[in-house]
Amino acid sequence: MAKTIAEINEKIRKGKAVVVTAEEVINIAKEKGVSRAAEEIDVVTTGTFSPMCGSGAFFNVGHSRPRIKLGGGKVYLNDVPVYTGTAAVDIFLGATALPDDDPRNKFYPGEFNYGGGHVIEELVAGKDIILTATAFGTDCYPRKKLETLINIKDINEAILFNLRNAYQNYNVAVNISNKVIYTYMGVLKPNLGNADYSTAGQLSPLLNDPYYKTIGVGTKIFLGGGIGYVAWHGTQHNPTALRGDNGVPRRGAGTLAVIGDLKQMKPEWLVGTSMLGYGCTLTVGIGVPIPILSEEILRYTTVSDAGILAPVVDYSEAYPQMKPDILGEVSCAELKSGFIKIQGKDVPTASLSSYPKAMEIASILKKWIEKGEFLLTEPVAPLPGVESGITFKPLKERPIVE
Amino acid sequence: MNVSRRIVLHFPPNITGQPVVYRLVKDFGLTFNILKASVSPGQEGLLVMELSGKQENYDKGIQYLTETGVEIQSLSQDVVRDESRCTHCGACITICPAEAFFLEPKTREVLFDHNKCVVCGLCVKACPPRAMILYF
Repeated sequence: MAKTIAEINEKIRKGKAVVVTAEEVINIAKEKGVSRAAEEIDVVTTGTFSPMCGSGAFFNVGHSRPRIKLGGGKVYLNDVPVYTGTAAVDIFLGATALPDDDPRNKFYPGEFNYGGGHVIEELVAGKDIILTATAFGTDCYPRKKLETLINIKDINEAILFNLRNAYQNYNVAVNISNKVIYTYMGVLKPNLGNADYSTAGQLSPLLNDPYYKTIGVGTKIFLGGGIGYVAWHGTQHNPTALRGDNGVPRRGAGTLAVIGDLKQMKPEWLVGTSMLGYGCTLTVGIGVPIPILSEEILRYTTVSDAGILAPVVDYSEAYPQMKPDILGEVSCAELKSGFIKIQGKDVPTASLSSYPKAMEIASILKKWIEKGEFLLTEPVAPLPGVESGITFKPLKERPIVE
Repeated sequence: MNVSRRIVLHFPPNITGQPVVYRLVKDFGLTFNILKASVSPGQEGLLVMELSGKQENYDKGIQYLTETGVEIQSLSQDVVRDESRCTHCGACITICPAEAFFLEPKTREVLFDHNKCVVCGLCVKACPPRAMILYF
């Protein structure tokens, strides 16, 4: 029954492709069997909508008259500093960047109400942004100061380029200490007061293609409400993480680096986000289509929340101290039930990843493909898999000897 | 007829030393439930409470408060959700001490039961997209 991406695209063009979401496929395969489901279904769509700190954007703002060399200078967008160590008017804004005068955690816990992620959201929403810059001046770029409004529709390029998104599985965060802690996994109450998780579970892109058999470099995706592409494997990509019998990683494993034209994205899918006592970030919407090329691929997409296990990690001691200890494993189904049992205690759960929004993304992508507006791409290179032997290494500190 | 309302009381610094709530109970037979309080001697005080009792007693109590110099605001729209910013992640669910947030089981959308809200404000800063707004 093996199909090719070209054959699936032919069906998409004719408006005849059978597209289902990663949630729908679970019951279809149960009712019809994997074999028949694989024959009938052409594409399974996935989705995730979650804070993803490894996000940011490149901009080319255009040359002023007279010219100014922002490269090596200091540039701010709405008071948020950007990276200028590149070409004359190219800058990079990271999602976690904070205004210089943000008090951070000086007043603990810091609120982090505005940062790089919020600037990205406002840019995408079409709002004018204040650019202020100082430079050192050169013969060919004499200007030393620039203050202007910029708008995404006027600047040459605005490219979302996220170095690490769509983590394949993630920790469940708890706090076993006796005081409240403020983390990137939310506010964690003392003595196992709550457990925060962050995964779209059965809808999550990489959990539906656990061995990266279809998702690769060049895969066209839903990114921030528009079109994007998988640019590379993400940073910290860890294909050799512990896996279950179903192939699904039981620890944080694969990640994606994604890229796309920010100008065609939408603010409701790129939301500036604030983590109390931790910092700013960007909540990113990503949806990846999985072409059903074989029964095996279909079987992977039938993964359900009950088959996805995640480690429970203490963020008061084990996480900050880089200790490998976990407090146990729980399934996504247990997490979604509202309570998990840890050390004999019923701990209420909360998600940082939005399941309804992930569902909406998978449904939008499904509609695009059904209407023939979105064709699948053939990956130009695979993501490193288990066979690559790549592991996620800690930093090995070495003394500096002069 | 009985009434029950949530109100915000602002005390000028000169009366924070007076047992105002005690008088509400003793003289007017009202019951109260304090939702939030911030009172320091010599500074303006703030008290958010639910005040209940017979309509005529309630009115007398409010009149007493006004005469004492307390500024009263009603609390019908205290903590509200900006629906356009809520991403339905659910981070608020375990933060709220009053269990005012819960999941719609089918869609897993986060629902906010305003009647359960005790106006503590914990959700306001714990909400990642800052969708919860505290109005006074």
